[in-house]
Amino acid sequence: MNKKVMAILVPVVSVLIALAISTVIILLIGKNPIDAYGALIKGSFGSKQAIADTVIKTTPLILTGLAVGFGFRAGVFNIGAEGQMVMGALIAATFASNFGSLPPLLAIPLTILIAMSVGAGYAAIAGFLKAKTGAHEVVTTIMLNWIATYFASYMVTGPLKVGSGTPKSPEISDSCQLPVLMKVGAIEMSAGIIIAIIAAIFMYILLNKTTTGYEVKAVGFNPYAAEYGGISVGKNIVLAMAISGALAGLAGATELMGVHHRFLGELSGGKGFDGISIALIGQNNPIGIIFAAFLIGALRTGSNEMQFIGVPKHMVMIIQGIVIFLVAADRIVRTIMIRKRVEK
Amino acid sequence: MRVLEAIFLVFINPLFYKITLTAATPLIFASLGGVYSEITGVVNIALEGIMLLGAFTSVVFTWLTGNVWIGVFMAVVSGVALAWFHAWGSIKWAGNQVVLGTALILIAQGITGFLMEPIFGKPGQTDFVGKVEELRIPGLADIPFLGKIIGETSPFVYMAFAAVAFSWWLIYKTKLGLRMRSVGENPEAADTLGINVYGIRYFGVLMSGVWAGLAGAYLSVGEVGHFRELMSGGRGFIALAAMILGNYNPVGAMLASLLFGASSAFANQMQSSSLIHVSATVKPLFDMIPFILTIIVVAGFVGKSHVPKADGVPYEKEA
Repeated sequence: MNKKVMAILVPVVSVLIALAISTVIILLIGKNPIDAYGALIKGSFGSKQAIADTVIKTTPLILTGLAVGFGFRAGVFNIGAEGQMVMGALIAATFASNFGSLPPLLAIPLTILIAMSVGAGYAAIAGFLKAKTGAHEVVTTIMLNWIATYFASYMVTGPLKVGSGTPKSPEISDSCQLPVLMKVGAIEMSAGIIIAIIAAIFMYILLNKTTTGYEVKAVGFNPYAAEYGGISVGKNIVLAMAISGALAGLAGATELMGVHHRFLGELSGGKGFDGISIALIGQNNPIGIIFAAFLIGALRTGSNEMQFIGVPKHMVMIIQGIVIFLVAADRIVRTIMIRKRVEK
Repeated sequence: MRVLEAIFLVFINPLFYKITLTAATPLIFASLGGVYSEITGVVNIALEGIMLLGAFTSVVFTWLTGNVWIGVFMAVVSGVALAWFHAWGSIKWAGNQVVLGTALILIAQGITGFLMEPIFGKPGQTDFVGKVEELRIPGLADIPFLGKIIGETSPFVYMAFAAVAFSWWLIYKTKLGLRMRSVGENPEAADTLGINVYGIRYFGVLMSGVWAGLAGAYLSVGEVGHFRELMSGGRGFIALAAMILGNYNPVGAMLASLLFGASSAFANQMQSSSLIHVSATVKPLFDMIPFILTIIVVAGFVGKSHVPKADGVPYEKEA
């Protein structure tokens, strides 16, 4: 079987195996899996509203998926998309409530730029530490996630706090809000999805058509060979983390400017971590990541409906975990498929 | 000045040292788990997930049987079970160990959250199910100052230090320990000498399940007596940092864990100091301290510690 077919088959078969295992789990807690999956599909595609909701949920997931996927291509494992997204959105929210006097044509790019630079800078800390001291980015980015979470919690319960109930920052100025593409009932679908798709195209061009992309990939593929070929490994690790963080920051920006219009609660709610499964399912390919994000977005949207019939929405986390496991140990899936072929 | 006075009062209060020990205990167990796995050459970031599953399992079985020690035992069983998946994926199938670990953390978070409603009828947090009583050691408890620190505390604290001593002996003084270290340094050479590389690596990873499972049991039935979703709260990763800082050595990992324990005990005591009024909104800033410390430590010491040479590299026999 050729490589390209395998690259698509491994994640698809992994998802199918994960669904099969979760079917067994649903049976074990005494629920009907057909009802559960029915509710899942109804919740994500059953109505115009459901579809709009799925697209809204998919938007940040494409971006965090691109963030993690870009990191993987460059040989860094950025588990910190969560923190970079939070920091980007938080700092952008702090500024964007004062941009009322600016025209949208200026305010929107400016807010996006702030979120992306903060995300990039925050991720670059981990990149810098890896390049300088060898500190593993998995440990440092996870620590940075916690620091971001606590810092955001401090900001929205302290200096930025408005109103009562869920901790939140003031609403951002109208001129910073993304234009609404479609309105279905109370659900407003913003232009965020377009930004996410542009980002995917950008990542494709960057990786495949530019020298920067080539160098970053070379370092990811074999740092020793890259160094020998005159590419600075340290510089490219920092750069790779920064670009990855910028994409995560952009995810924060679309959530802030297109969905909540303020920093609300924890904002990210695990979307940064979802980026890991999305990057792996999408095989770190920008187009694959768009499809994978849509799959996870649909699962997340539909899981609320599933919860109504008594199947906890944590089911989706288990499915994701199994998929990541199988894609990481992809020989399991490959062996199963080869055995199947031999039997035939 | 009031701040300095508050700091001084924290340090002369035996409670600070007692909390240091209890905060370090789960980190000691979990970092030992890291040591066992990584000296044999398998990176195990799943510790966080194993702890969470252990915390959950011990509460479930304590609630079912009414006996906390059965709960603790089952936490170890569940820890070994989850660790087995890590061993299977990374040793047998040569998968990416860091990504497999991430997957297992997600699965542990998913399973524990998923089972809350079917078992306890509500999401989020369980009721109090019972906890391991503090152990009072007569004589020791009567010594001034020191008695207040170690005279009456959780049995897990004593167990943690016993586990460190046992692990040091096992790793540095026995044949098995030598084999563990050799498959982590140079699996090819070890294999040539007839050592079962896969078997020893399985042992290392499964033992990490034992220790991280105990760490989890301590978090729930050892300390608070209930389970809360995501209650491991990043401590599996702090334990990994303690292992690195401790130079992949049980005694070093213990000392590093004590340092992290002291930092959270310090944050905890400063927040409740009556001299400086810490408002509720500032508390999250104190909660950041152990995580900032971890980054500094990992960045400052990682280049200086001796990482097992084959750590993270799957071993494949040549055909």
